[in-house]
Amino acid sequence: MSLWRTIATRIGYGVLLLLAVLVLNFTLISVAPGDIADSIAGDMGGADAEVMDEIRARYGLDQPFFVQLWRYMSGVFTLDLGYSYFFNTPVTELVLERLPATLLLVFSSQIIAIALGTLLGVMAAKNPTGIVNVVVSFLALFGFAAPVFWTGILLIIAFVSVFPIFPVGGMQDVTVEGGFFIKALDVLYHLILPMITLSSIYLALYSRLARASMQEVLGADYVRTARAKGVPERSVLYKHALKNALGPVITVAGLQFASVISGAVVVETVFSWPGLGTLALQSILARDTPTIMGILFYSSLVVIAFNILTDIVLRLVDPRIKAG
Amino acid sequence: MIDPKAIAQPLVDGMPEEIKVTHPFREMIAMFLRNRLAVFGLILLLAIMAFTFIGPYFYPTDPFEMVWAPFTRPGQDDYIFGTDYLGRDILSAMMAGGRVSMAIGLAAAVISVVIGVTVGAFAGYYGGWVEEALMRFTEFFQVLPTLLFSMVIVALFGASLLTVTLAIGVVSWTAVARVTRSEFLRIREMEYVAAARSGSARDAYLIFRVILPNALPPIIVQANLMVGSAILFEAALSFLGLSDPNVMSWGQVIGSNRPYILDAGFAVAIPGFAIFLTVLAISLIGDGLNDALNPKLRQR
Amino acid sequence: MSMTDPLLSVEDIVVDFQTRAGKARVLDHVSLEVESGEILGIVGESGCGKSMTALSIMGLVPDPPGRVTSGSIRLDGVELVGMDHERLRRIRGKDIGMIFQEPMSSLNPVFTVGEQIAESVRLHENASPRAAMDRAIAMLRAVEIPEAELRARAYPHQLSGGMRQRVMIAIALACRPRVLIADEPTTALDTTVQAQIFDLLQDLQSDMGTAIILITHDMGAIAELADTVAVMYAGRVVEKGTVETVLSSPQHPYTQGLITCVPHLEPDPPAERSELMEIPGVVPALTDLGRGCAFAPRCRATIDRCGVEKPALLPSEDAHLTACWVAQGGAQR
Repeated sequence: MSLWRTIATRIGYGVLLLLAVLVLNFTLISVAPGDIADSIAGDMGGADAEVMDEIRARYGLDQPFFVQLWRYMSGVFTLDLGYSYFFNTPVTELVLERLPATLLLVFSSQIIAIALGTLLGVMAAKNPTGIVNVVVSFLALFGFAAPVFWTGILLIIAFVSVFPIFPVGGMQDVTVEGGFFIKALDVLYHLILPMITLSSIYLALYSRLARASMQEVLGADYVRTARAKGVPERSVLYKHALKNALGPVITVAGLQFASVISGAVVVETVFSWPGLGTLALQSILARDTPTIMGILFYSSLVVIAFNILTDIVLRLVDPRIKAG
Repeated sequence: MIDPKAIAQPLVDGMPEEIKVTHPFREMIAMFLRNRLAVFGLILLLAIMAFTFIGPYFYPTDPFEMVWAPFTRPGQDDYIFGTDYLGRDILSAMMAGGRVSMAIGLAAAVISVVIGVTVGAFAGYYGGWVEEALMRFTEFFQVLPTLLFSMVIVALFGASLLTVTLAIGVVSWTAVARVTRSEFLRIREMEYVAAARSGSARDAYLIFRVILPNALPPIIVQANLMVGSAILFEAALSFLGLSDPNVMSWGQVIGSNRPYILDAGFAVAIPGFAIFLTVLAISLIGDGLNDALNPKLRQR
Repeated sequence: MSMTDPLLSVEDIVVDFQTRAGKARVLDHVSLEVESGEILGIVGESGCGKSMTALSIMGLVPDPPGRVTSGSIRLDGVELVGMDHERLRRIRGKDIGMIFQEPMSSLNPVFTVGEQIAESVRLHENASPRAAMDRAIAMLRAVEIPEAELRARAYPHQLSGGMRQRVMIAIALACRPRVLIADEPTTALDTTVQAQIFDLLQDLQSDMGTAIILITHDMGAIAELADTVAVMYAGRVVEKGTVETVLSSPQHPYTQGLITCVPHLEPDPPAERSELMEIPGVVPALTDLGRGCAFAPRCRATIDRCGVEKPALLPSEDAHLTACWVAQGGAQR
């Protein structure tokens, strides 16, 4: 069917985008001053030219740019993104080990932000003079202006220092004993503050968007038709209007995904959440270029995959969207 | 502001009263001033600027100098905002840091607006394969997690004012490009553009002298928001420790005190609050600009 | 007129809108009645209160800014004004159906037309989804949509304008309402489709015995379909009577204007209907109506009284009512 064709086209296009990401990153790293040999030498406390050359030869850095690029790209096709000398682990293994934590944080906060944001938006649109409307306007301002780390730190001050309800950071408490269910609850417990922090930005965005979209839809002729049919008001709002109003929210959620990952980097750092963000920071401070590039590659991959997913959801919600 | 298009049209019945010939700029300011929150934002921003630019004359303490015991609480021992982990005065750091944060925000926003307007203008004006190529290029930048990407740039090229500013500007122009393109697509079809085109005007003239001035309102609003988000961006980079250690900025205060959140949350919360206020002021001003520049909204 | 209660009666209904320019009286003591199996036409230019009359019957006056200030609307003797929302909701779509003027935008784009018809059956008759869908398909057949089973699964954007209006009719009639309000059901459609829709309405009406309120600005359609007619101007009914009397001897200058705008008002409907309206001027803003007759500024035959006092709607012959000082004074222009 045409849905499958669309997905296939999008995947093909995504692969091209990923290749472009690889080329760009590789170019940047080649242009930048200093290389892995310098970092390793730095870690060793200095090395003579001979050792440096040896290191460069080992990592293939003595080869011309295009040869290096080709080697790297052909490695990527077998998911071999190189070896992290800093962590002493293959990059793919390293990244895949950290990816689930980031995805858990990102997806949970997005789901909360979209669900709660839409609900607030609908309630605000339903009653323009009500308190929810004020809350949404306030959230919109706060959500844009508050630096995400600041929100996180305020939450830490409030719920870790002043009222010690939640853990400071990390993803689990190693002292917790029990089966899978207990462990999962423990992770959830650790997840709450980072999730609230990350979702606060997007909650603001989606609630304002949902409100605007609902306000427009509620004035539509088909909403009047629904009322004229005797559809109960709740169903007018949450069935007839909302299904039409969701489109813009989903579209923006898709577009925002790259920025959500960026936000996650900061939030992970605030709460020492063991995801890609903390890994990225560690590897950047260590100048561990293979890992940095691996992270960029995999996070772009996630963004592209999510964009394709958004397209599919959008088509399911709105039958008017044509293939392409 | 009176839309030049509206003047060109014959006066349709029912409309004449709307079109009073007041000075467009004056009307814009009147519209802006009618938005109370925007005026509040403007006053807030001016106050913050006065604090950072004039403040040091009344409070000439070197932000890098260790003046007192580390982690002195705010208000204690005459240090209004307290001292940081090295015993440096946070108040003077706030003054010095504000200038830098705002400067970086402004410069990065200029960079992203220049890139975004150029890409968007060419895409919207030429259409066809040029548009296709440029929009694919834009999409490519949307796929990169911006913060990660600029972290990489800063890490690779070193953390200096220049690289930080460039790193922010280079990754955040996509929204400007999209806004510019859609405005160009719309205005391109207008009659006065067709008229100018039939007068065999050159492309550059049409793009920059005919279409761009008419496309400016939404671009200005977007550019204003870019300043806010660039300040936030710089703060995030600094928070992660990727800022020029030799230059005091709000983000720098935050980044250097980050490890001590639990002991001295104020050293991070205070500059965070300053950033919040500044960005809040800017976005309130943005709402006012939107009202003043968007003739469609004005009729509501 | 019989002495028993008519099926639907609207009495002295007043609707006010709070606007920025002040209070606007959108409906000013409007009274109408329609019997089972009868077609009442409401005619007038846009902005004269026709659609608002329909919305006030449906209990759908947008509030705020609108409000039914006074008056009474009774369906089979049951008062609808001030009825609680839940009871009114059960009447909407079941006893009173409505067709809107914009078939393009009046159907919900994200549900199939079958679902949209079936929904009102499920709501009002507690039908199972299966039974409701069967009824929906039957309704699509009734409104003469070919391949009804297939079309039931189509989304509105996959249908033509005429098809969509047929779907709207199917929705409105799905629960066999006693009153059907058709608000400019054919404005957005081309002439051949217009004629088809009118034929369809007439057939359905004679089959089901539904009373129809047909709102239109097209005198030709009134002549062709309606039994009685009410002419509205600036929120008031200015002339009312059977179609024969009103069309053959219009009393109000506004009605006369409307009729002269239609080239041939003959018993046989003309093949094409021209846009009406060559009455000079426009409908006045409802916020600044003077003391006098609202039509006076555009009227060809004013007397002094027209400018200072509103004429009441009074019978000039038995069931023929007019609100015009000149007509009531006997001076036929």
